[in-house]
Amino acid sequence: MSLTFKGGVHPDDSKTLTENKPIEMLPPPAKVILPVSMHIGAPCQPTVAVGDHVLMGQVVASSPAAVSAPVHATVSGTVTSVGPMLHPNGGKVNAVVIENDMLDELDPSVKPIDYSSMTSEQMIECIHQAGIVGHGGAAFPTHIKLSSAIGKVDTLIVNAAECEPFLTSDHRLLLEGPDEIVQGVLILLRILGIKNAMIGVEANKSNAFAGIEKCLPSDGSIRLVPLKTKYPQGAEKQLIKSLTGREVPSGKLPADAMCVVCNADTCGSIYRLFSKGLPMMRRIVTVSGPDIAVPKNLSVRIGTPIADLIAFCGGFKEPPTKLLMGGPMMGTSLFSDEVPVIKGTNGILAFAEKKPLHLPEPKCIRCGRCVEDCPMGLMPTYIYQSFMADRMDECKSYSPLDCIECGVCSYTCPAKIPLTQGIRTAKQQIIAASRK
Amino acid sequence: MNDLSKLKVSSSPHIRSASTTQQIMADVLIALLPALALAVFVYGPRALTVTMISVLGCIFFEWLYETLTHKPLTIDDLSAAVTGLLLAFTLPVTTPIWIVLLGDLFAIVIVKQLFGGIGKNFVNPALSARAFLLASFAGPVSVIPKIRTALPLFTTPVDVVTTATPLIQMKDGALPEVPLLQNALGMVGGVIGELSSVALIAGGLYLLYRKVISPRIPLCFIGTVALLTFLFPQGNNNLLWMGNQVLSGGLLLGAIFMATDYTTSPITPKGQIVFAVGCGALTVLIRYFGTYPEGVSYAILVMNLFVNLIEKFTLPRRFGTVRQKKEAQGK
Repeated sequence: MSLTFKGGVHPDDSKTLTENKPIEMLPPPAKVILPVSMHIGAPCQPTVAVGDHVLMGQVVASSPAAVSAPVHATVSGTVTSVGPMLHPNGGKVNAVVIENDMLDELDPSVKPIDYSSMTSEQMIECIHQAGIVGHGGAAFPTHIKLSSAIGKVDTLIVNAAECEPFLTSDHRLLLEGPDEIVQGVLILLRILGIKNAMIGVEANKSNAFAGIEKCLPSDGSIRLVPLKTKYPQGAEKQLIKSLTGREVPSGKLPADAMCVVCNADTCGSIYRLFSKGLPMMRRIVTVSGPDIAVPKNLSVRIGTPIADLIAFCGGFKEPPTKLLMGGPMMGTSLFSDEVPVIKGTNGILAFAEKKPLHLPEPKCIRCGRCVEDCPMGLMPTYIYQSFMADRMDECKSYSPLDCIECGVCSYTCPAKIPLTQGIRTAKQQIIAASRK
Repeated sequence: MNDLSKLKVSSSPHIRSASTTQQIMADVLIALLPALALAVFVYGPRALTVTMISVLGCIFFEWLYETLTHKPLTIDDLSAAVTGLLLAFTLPVTTPIWIVLLGDLFAIVIVKQLFGGIGKNFVNPALSARAFLLASFAGPVSVIPKIRTALPLFTTPVDVVTTATPLIQMKDGALPEVPLLQNALGMVGGVIGELSSVALIAGGLYLLYRKVISPRIPLCFIGTVALLTFLFPQGNNNLLWMGNQVLSGGLLLGAIFMATDYTTSPITPKGQIVFAVGCGALTVLIRYFGTYPEGVSYAILVMNLFVNLIEKFTLPRRFGTVRQKKEAQGK
């Protein structure tokens, strides 16, 4: 029996659209747009100016702040503008735009790293300088995650659950490059000074198991663990619970459950950094959804405008009503195709749905499904109702800050109440009020 | 250039399950059809006319109230139809039509709409209306006609031959005259919806299969009644006594279709168990010590009042709030 957690839902995963399509290299884009903020933490400052010639792999924006990640040029060419550009989050963020000279001239800093005599701190600094952030979507700087985990954790968890419907980028990576992931895991184990890693994969990707098993070291330090296919199996806290039985205490971090969790592709990036010297310049993106003509898995340079990806996949079948970055449960809805692929972009999805998601005046029928399915053991409908009625004390008594915004409550609600949205807003208000 | 003029921006998640309120209510209606068919078989077409009039009455009063008060119309969510069907199921087939309609008015306007409509009423509308009718028209609402009697379709029947239901016989501490199997199949007298345990269980299984209800409330409710009647039988055959107590009267109708009403039962899984055990215990108490032979509907109505309190004490355990001792030490 595969491992699981309490709660959760089984949405139609629609992964057949792309799960059997090998990763294709997207041709180099004519220009890349590199926002100075593609991670959680302090935004970077551009270090290049308009007219500068930059090389592939050269730093174009960085920050002295600890919680931040530098940005590297993903093409060689000329900087054509530095200034506010549309960001996938909906706002405008400073970005460095580089016109591609199509030469892919590598920066001299890009060379393999001999880490045999390096300390963990030195290796973490290499990861910092390479701008590597979590590839799963939230884009938390990996060096911060690692340095806060050293000495506190006994288990490294590799998140290859990929529980979001439609997304298959991790699945393809497990099939096509399991050795890179495993090599990356070995490097991470060395940094953390531990000998225990688990790769958690949902059972719906069982065709990748044999390939991964072949790459695993014989000492048993890395184990492949099948997980029940259920959303949100890949949510950090639920994944830790499924794999180890440990619960991250409310309001605490995975390190408090003696675990550190890294996405599978993040491990691949770490391997590519130490073996080839490559900073974070590429990632795999699933372009899918019922409105995409030819859904594909693409290897894409960060900064590529998403219009290029959509065009490479044959464009839209009909004018889309929803364009998403990320999965349908937690992704961001876009209003422009001019925004670039950023470090956390795991999917681009398009839908042409005629039916509205919500009714004008949804009424809770108290069916209790949100309570039953909430993976965090919360009471979504009561958080929502007390917040909408402005009874904030009652709202806080239901602990909305524990919500991981996985979207299960909104998904499961038969009355189609926008529960997640309401709880998210409640959380923002409570956090804002506590900062006053 | 891509045509992006139709793009909508909204907060995640961007997909929804197929389940809707309307579909849930439709499933409940479907699940009640076997019991209705059995009632028509036992009592003839009047069972159908009384039920249909009650359904239409509830829909009409909901439409009327919402139209007069300029509220958005909600009759298409089918919850009024469910109330109408359930109310008819708690009444004898001989109930005068005007009394049925009065019950519909009470259920929809007083109990449901005046407290805010669907999801807001704190007691079960169909059961409250039955209690109201029983208090106001004790005679016509407690007549149980003999099975297989010819009854007029619409007019109020006169000179009805009545029968003693198994529960009335058990009230005197005796086992019912009819064999248990006949009782389960519904070949006994009773109100429209309670006749056949087999038909009601079939409907309940459908609701479980469709995931409209969880087994918690029906199992705990029926289980509590079974346990208590087994432990405290009247007469010397406690198995047969228990079987007759479980399969007679409104227990299955109440446990499967009334106590599982979303609005008037706890939304916390543990709370549902507490609620159902309470319903079962009260049912047996009323059947043993009350004035009425049947206690299911009052047991549920009383427990409805405790829903809020039960929820407060049965909140789910929040993830990460109880330290797991074993895990902290081991591994």
